[in-house]
Amino acid sequence: MITLEQVSMSYKGTPTPAVRDLDLDIPRGCFFALIGESGSGKTTTLHLINRLIEPGSGRVLMEGIDLRALDPSILRRGMGFVFQAIGLFPHLTVAENVGITPRLLGWPKARIDARVDELLELVHLPLTAFRNRFPAALSGGQQQRVGVARALAAQPKIMLMDEPFGALDPLIRDDLASEYLAIHRALGLTTIMVTHDITEAFLLADRVAVMREGRIAQTGTPRELLAAPADDFVRSMIDTPRRHARRLAEAMGAVGPA
Amino acid sequence: MSASYDMIAEAMSHLPEYLGQHVLISIAAIATGFVISVPLAISLSRVAWLKGPALGLAGIVQTIPGLALLALFYPLLLALSALTQRLFGFGFRALGFLPTLLALTIYSILPVLRNTVTALSGTDPAIKTAARGVGMTPWQTLFLVELPLAAPVIMAGLRTAAVWVIGAATLSTPVGQTSLGNYIFTGLQTENWIYVLFGCIAAALLALVIDFLLSLAEKGIAMRSRRRLMLSAAGLILVVGASLSPLFASKTTPIVIGAKSFEEQYILGALIGDKLKAAGFESTRRDGLGSTVIFRALEAGDVDVYVDYSGTLWTTAMQRSDMPGREAVLGQLSSWLKNRGVNDLGTLGFENAYAFAMRRDRAEALGIRTLADLAIHAQTLKIGADFEFFSRPEWKATAKTYGLRFALRRQYQANFMYSALVDGDVDVISAFSSDGRIAQYGLKLIADPKNALPPYDAVLLVSAKHAHDEKLLAALRPLIGALDLASMQQANLMVDRADDKRTPEQAAQWLAGRLRK
Repeated sequence: MITLEQVSMSYKGTPTPAVRDLDLDIPRGCFFALIGESGSGKTTTLHLINRLIEPGSGRVLMEGIDLRALDPSILRRGMGFVFQAIGLFPHLTVAENVGITPRLLGWPKARIDARVDELLELVHLPLTAFRNRFPAALSGGQQQRVGVARALAAQPKIMLMDEPFGALDPLIRDDLASEYLAIHRALGLTTIMVTHDITEAFLLADRVAVMREGRIAQTGTPRELLAAPADDFVRSMIDTPRRHARRLAEAMGAVGPA
Repeated sequence: MSASYDMIAEAMSHLPEYLGQHVLISIAAIATGFVISVPLAISLSRVAWLKGPALGLAGIVQTIPGLALLALFYPLLLALSALTQRLFGFGFRALGFLPTLLALTIYSILPVLRNTVTALSGTDPAIKTAARGVGMTPWQTLFLVELPLAAPVIMAGLRTAAVWVIGAATLSTPVGQTSLGNYIFTGLQTENWIYVLFGCIAAALLALVIDFLLSLAEKGIAMRSRRRLMLSAAGLILVVGASLSPLFASKTTPIVIGAKSFEEQYILGALIGDKLKAAGFESTRRDGLGSTVIFRALEAGDVDVYVDYSGTLWTTAMQRSDMPGREAVLGQLSSWLKNRGVNDLGTLGFENAYAFAMRRDRAEALGIRTLADLAIHAQTLKIGADFEFFSRPEWKATAKTYGLRFALRRQYQANFMYSALVDGDVDVISAFSSDGRIAQYGLKLIADPKNALPPYDAVLLVSAKHAHDEKLLAALRPLIGALDLASMQQANLMVDRADDKRTPEQAAQWLAGRLRK
């Protein structure tokens, strides 16, 4: 579905490239997680896929078509985009925020309204209570539910998510993540998610790419990474969830099953 | 008490025209400024390095006093008009609406520009990323996200601009744009404080009302309250519509009566207005014009009729420095005017000459009777004059002829000179011979035996446009040779004096009864 070929990119005024010689292949229907330390190039990689950032060299392809052949705004309307800062438009109501991409695509009003209702139900926001509210009147978790609904509005096949649940309370975060996984599966989406929470990546993703200093250190299923880390760096990264699991098991053992 | 009541009634009678013109010029300037500054601000917010210099420049323009900005645009437009006349065969009115519009527009740009740039630069980057992320083009981001978010701040800038412009528009009177400033300028010239206060209050009320209505719109935008926006729009339409309606009521183009910035001119302007009204003409006034400006305006057809003085035209417009005697001056002036297409209807019958005046006791103590005597003592004396006098050729000629050099020069609003002289702030003033205060204060006029000062017969001038309008000329002819000096002095004093003060209009009515048949 999405292919990166030998992609390198440097930000102006920085000596080292943000990503270099990146090769990635993300199959259709895959939940793909990009993990790594901050500054490793995860977000840059994500932004290369909807042309928020242009590659310095190499190519980004969608179903075999070089993205440079497409109009960037039209390309982005076909992809959902969710990020940590959420970025709801404060001057628009919840319904107007969710309906923005369909509006840009010129859908008739009735179709937009129906779609908005459908999505608010999907992300578990009661219509009557939320439809006409402004973002400022919502909690963080509710805002990100709207953010997810907005990304899904124009029925994209591809979802790009940049630490979408990173700023939320742990409980809400877990809820929202598992709800999203259900949506991903039900709609047959291709999701590419950046996260620094390795446990979250392993619990959600079909495939995980570990990035380090602008390069891919290893790509594989969570099971593959856990079984055969490519090097010490990957090993130390994936050790974290393993350690968490072990300590959690110890703690639960001490208390006993509920 | 009833005198001040009359003055308020008199002031009220001018309100439709003054307010209408004030609103018209203000709205035009604010709207033009808005249309310029918002797109400019959008471009600036896209080009980071231009932002500082552009805002700095706008800030510098803002520090130019409003009156100076207005004064600068008149000669600029006059030169431009002469240029287009030569190149394309058409000129335009350099006086009145256009210079005021330009100056006030420039004045209104900064607040909107600064607020728009600040608001656009301050848009949350996350929201801009989101706008791109959902597939907005740069233009869609601007119109659907950035401008709506900036709108309340832009509106706040617009409010500031509106208040500034409505205030500064009161300064447009001297460049010939009627406004609420006419009350203030006329009041200042004639020491009619009721007029000054009336103008101040009217302008302040207008600013307050417009500011309130715009603040309603600002809140309406910020809170997305359609009701507030509708209310604000309805209020603005009502206020502007009501103010402008008197301007569209008169169908015919009125005759423009010009007046310089002193009481006698206001009285004569009112007298001419009454005569024209009696003959069925509509007329409008351009008061408080400078003496060079007013003649140029007459030549350009911006002013149709006014009273000037032969000596002023002789020295200032004709730029003559020789003094061939009264009849010769009038004769040569008349043919010079005719050549320029201006119709010189004739003299009114009195002279308003520049005359040096001293307190009688002071003059007698120093033994000063002539300008030659004055020259002996001048180096220890202080002279006061109006704003024009020291830059006029008459002063230069007189100073040269008698070798006059004073210890100190002071400049006053013409009608403040007399009290400055009486109070002893200055020893000599350049008085006007038809001023009633010469007799009132018993001032001593210093003789000019060498005739360094020209004669100043009051002459009635009509613009080329109306030079052959027989009906108009017939209405004005009864004024020719009909005014004697004593009556004019008396009329001037009625307006100038502190007790039992009259408006120029009232003095004009009194004067009309004293016309020689």
